[in-house]
Amino acid sequence: MPHHTVYEAKIEHLQILDEDGKLDKKLAKDTLSDDQVVYLYEQMRVCRELDEIAFKLQRSGRMGTYPQNKGQEANAVGSALAMVKGNDWIVPSYRENAALFMHGMPMHYVIQYWMGDERGSKFPEGVNITPLSVPIGTHMLHATGIAWAMKQRKEADRAAITYFGDGATSEGDFHNAMNFASVMQVPCIFYCQNNSWAISLPREQQMNSATVAQKALAYDMPTIQVDGNDIFAVYKATQNARKRAIEGGGPSFIEGVTYRLADHTTADDARRYRDQSEVDAWLEKDPLIRTRKYMESVGVWDDKKQEELESRAKTIVKEVVDAAISVSTPTASEFFDDMYAELPRALQIQRDTMRTSSIGQNPSQIGLTPQSAQTQNA
Amino acid sequence: MAEQTLVGAITSTLDQALARDPDVILLGEDIGVNGGVFRATEGLMATHGEDRVVSTPLDETGIMGTAIGLAIAGMKSIPEIQFEGFLGPAYDQFVNHAARMRTRTRSAVTVPMTVRVPVGGGIHAPELHSDSPEVIYAHSPGIKVLMPCTPYDAKGLLNAAIADPDPVIFFEPKRVYRTFKEDVPDEYYEIPMGEAKVVSEGEDLTIVTWGAPVFQCLEAIDNLPEDVSVELIDLRSIYPFDMDTVAESVCKTGRCVIVHEAPLTGGFGAEISARVMEECFLHLEAPVQRVAGFDTIMPYYKLENEYLPEAPRILKGITECLAY
Repeated sequence: MPHHTVYEAKIEHLQILDEDGKLDKKLAKDTLSDDQVVYLYEQMRVCRELDEIAFKLQRSGRMGTYPQNKGQEANAVGSALAMVKGNDWIVPSYRENAALFMHGMPMHYVIQYWMGDERGSKFPEGVNITPLSVPIGTHMLHATGIAWAMKQRKEADRAAITYFGDGATSEGDFHNAMNFASVMQVPCIFYCQNNSWAISLPREQQMNSATVAQKALAYDMPTIQVDGNDIFAVYKATQNARKRAIEGGGPSFIEGVTYRLADHTTADDARRYRDQSEVDAWLEKDPLIRTRKYMESVGVWDDKKQEELESRAKTIVKEVVDAAISVSTPTASEFFDDMYAELPRALQIQRDTMRTSSIGQNPSQIGLTPQSAQTQNA
Repeated sequence: MAEQTLVGAITSTLDQALARDPDVILLGEDIGVNGGVFRATEGLMATHGEDRVVSTPLDETGIMGTAIGLAIAGMKSIPEIQFEGFLGPAYDQFVNHAARMRTRTRSAVTVPMTVRVPVGGGIHAPELHSDSPEVIYAHSPGIKVLMPCTPYDAKGLLNAAIADPDPVIFFEPKRVYRTFKEDVPDEYYEIPMGEAKVVSEGEDLTIVTWGAPVFQCLEAIDNLPEDVSVELIDLRSIYPFDMDTVAESVCKTGRCVIVHEAPLTGGFGAEISARVMEECFLHLEAPVQRVAGFDTIMPYYKLENEYLPEAPRILKGITECLAY
């Protein structure tokens, strides 16, 4: 057989809850209980509320650039539920807030972070989350390394999950992370939120491949494409991937097909480059709408509960914003203090004289203190 | 002649370059239909086509590396890296490959490319959107490094960069992209690389700076007592840089303050300071003074004005230098 096929592959797509809220019961077996569905719906709704308020804070000048999560929440909550809080590691990008909240990140931290305060990344002890990753795709390697440590230290029931967008899969670091994870067979889950847009570049121009999921084939990594707006499919795929990871089966890849309903960030204006008709079509596939329809169809949700939730979401988010705003202003020298475990002498001097000196030479060498030098020339 | 902002001057210069030379090609993230995140390429795709103003995949290594290949093959590639903080992935391609190609091949293979990069702080941007890495490239032989801060200079230096047969990194201080307009001639002109500009003449002290801090220095000078006369030099070109103009000024005034946003240690101010010592030693009345960013990570924006060399701290530097 001089000419024969040496490798064949296919990419499966999984949808369990369709956009009308209709559930495939067979596929849904052993996935989410109705209580869990309600819980995830609440998480999504609160996250959506936070998103809307964050947008308003930016527009009213009280917060800097903010990237909305709107429309993608099912990816975050479905996968986060399949991971074990305080045990597994979450290595995020910046569009999966709900996953971070579910794994113990205080909600006001995310507001504080986008308000330009590093202390929003100082997670409490026991919260296994790396900071939001603004540069694209650089963090996936860290997830591979974290998972490698789990394997090396024989922490058999632990895994890591990393989130990134379709655009990130163009970066070299993505392929480096995938190859290392595959070669080292580490317990890492690569979760791509394929939201169709990387700022202004549509997925079709980002890559010439038909799916993102197929990129994992090059690394012989189990891979699947799921409806990313379907909490059942997201949960099931992540649950399977985690099971494989902790049983020594190595890394897995999940492509959640979703859509960025908002602009890239508040600094962006998507009307410049995409049709409203496309956005409108995806509005109908909103994960909140279909999850609510499902809950109503099985009798665990009604208008009253919805009203209660909306009111609760408003209260929670108000408290979160109040908490973020009432955090003390960072002191001027605060950005020195965590440069090293121990501050080198030269840096101590810069810190201690930042208000009184220009950080150049010290005029005391000619018998003048910086203060007296100022007085003399004032 | 039209009044333009810094970013407007860059757009029109790129527009003219594309119209003038069919070998010019622009590539970068979101530079096409979106016109770039700072709108520096606004309208250029519509005018010149999507095969000449190319929105690339999200891949800085790819942008820089293929821009090198395009240039080797005879095109004039003008890659844009969206923010200076994203230069990291492209560093290897630029410093280890673009910079060395001419020398490795004894000029048989060259890389006539101009890398455009918004730079610096002061716009309340997220992390890795506010750094000042110019010295990293000035320290890398084989690369020319520019940082104009006015619309007129931007056009002249960008034209010079595009015409240059070697790799140039063209830093655009984003803080002053839109802060003011000035008259920019419609016709083609170049400002030679390596020529500093004397922004204001003076007798008592020389300030050497570049980029957005030029304007903080002007503010500091405004707050000096009237009897103090300061000469302000905008370097514009970091490598090569105009030591003759600096030395002439410092020999005249006897005092030198260098201002930059980048961290103090190993900043380009250190190089200028050493050269001033070498060339102006017998004329110096005071040690050279540097007013720079601190040796810390550029803080998130709540504290960025504490980090940046703003006018009050520059004023202290001037005062301290004058105290000798």
